[in-house]
Amino acid sequence: MTGTTSGGRLDLPRYARTDAALRTPLSYSDYRSTGLRAPLRTPVDLPHRLTEVTRPLLGEDRVRPEDADLTRRLGGEAVGQRIIVHGRVLDGDGRPVPHTLVEVWQANAAGRYRHVVDNWPAPLDPHFDGLGRVMTDDQGRYEFLTIRPGAYPWRNHDNAWRPAHIHFSLFGRAFTQRLVTQMYFPDDPLFFQDPIFTSIPEAARPLAISRFDYERTVDHWALAYEWDIVLRGSDQTPFETEDDGDVA
Amino acid sequence: MTRLQPTPSATVGPYLAIGLTWEGGEFVVPPGTPGAVWLRGTVFDGNGDPVSDAMVETWQADPDGRFDHPDDPRGSARYPGFTGFGRAQTVPDGDYAICTLKPGRVPDGEGGLQAPHVDVSVFARGLLDRVVTRVYFADEAEANAEDVVLQGLPEDRRQTLIATPTDDGYRLDLYLQGDRETVFFAV
Repeated sequence: MTGTTSGGRLDLPRYARTDAALRTPLSYSDYRSTGLRAPLRTPVDLPHRLTEVTRPLLGEDRVRPEDADLTRRLGGEAVGQRIIVHGRVLDGDGRPVPHTLVEVWQANAAGRYRHVVDNWPAPLDPHFDGLGRVMTDDQGRYEFLTIRPGAYPWRNHDNAWRPAHIHFSLFGRAFTQRLVTQMYFPDDPLFFQDPIFTSIPEAARPLAISRFDYERTVDHWALAYEWDIVLRGSDQTPFETEDDGDVA
Repeated sequence: MTRLQPTPSATVGPYLAIGLTWEGGEFVVPPGTPGAVWLRGTVFDGNGDPVSDAMVETWQADPDGRFDHPDDPRGSARYPGFTGFGRAQTVPDGDYAICTLKPGRVPDGEGGLQAPHVDVSVFARGLLDRVVTRVYFADEAEANAEDVVLQGLPEDRRQTLIATPTDDGYRLDLYLQGDRETVFFAV
């Protein structure tokens, strides 16, 4: 082994573990599909070693400029309210996460996904596939042009509707920071009955909701929403090592 | 220093294939790479039924136990085309398959070595966050016996993480629930 300090010690970054009271729980009985899928045993704490503090270097070769524009696909323009969705990817220390892959997917304006198992009777849009990819810039910023997704029904409970949302997938700079989540729109009247939204602890729900951003709207073109995404930050709890000696 | 609260996770839902499908995502090394093995398995729910709409992601060191990442001061350069990262969906039978090189032993940062392992994330409808586990290898008994994470688990639970050799690589089934529930980790 090379590149290690004496004794083979590596000075690895440590990532903060999120307070359980602010994390989405795995088991949530109102969301029926968790019933047979959420593990029931208490997870075991995994120390943050090299595998956990590194991550795949992905992106540049997987992302084309047109992937940031979901409104022009398959030779035409998607139907719906054109919106700019933008924001920053930050870590819990407030530092931007530059050059990281952001993947999004969403339903069309009528609330229909282009997917074989989505067969509710809302029209597909021949010019909307619902897929976007972008890399954050050197300030951690990202931006997509898309259409506002529609709400749609599902079978979780009687008259169940998902509030409009966009799925986001992020890698950050470490395996510990991997995040898949959903972005919602302000003041959606469907929040109260949606178990995927209400599974989020109340104190964390505002973080899942985008902000209408009049400043970024474009005259005669598009409305705009801003949504910052925060990945886990460093663990700053002090700890003692055998090298610390007697420090008063 | 500013402390920001992390964005809460949400399920990938049933339509993850729209956003997260990559052609060849299951190839951590290009097809035909000498020494490549297939890591295969099935994801099961609490009824013992295959989970046919999940996604399995893998992340691992190269055969020398190194990572191509700024936080690994040693780097990784000897395996062209090796990304360390695999992504496979379990459509349509609950089966996943990743084509990779077996990882080497990875320093634990405190002077010791971990056994060869692959970090795994499972995403699915009905999982409000990813679940994380590790794959170890049955033919690494000596290294496994020295691995602090593995040895920290009760013997019967340890077995849920150990992939067995097959004709073309290794196999490990993942049980989200039940008597054989896989050991999942909090990271």
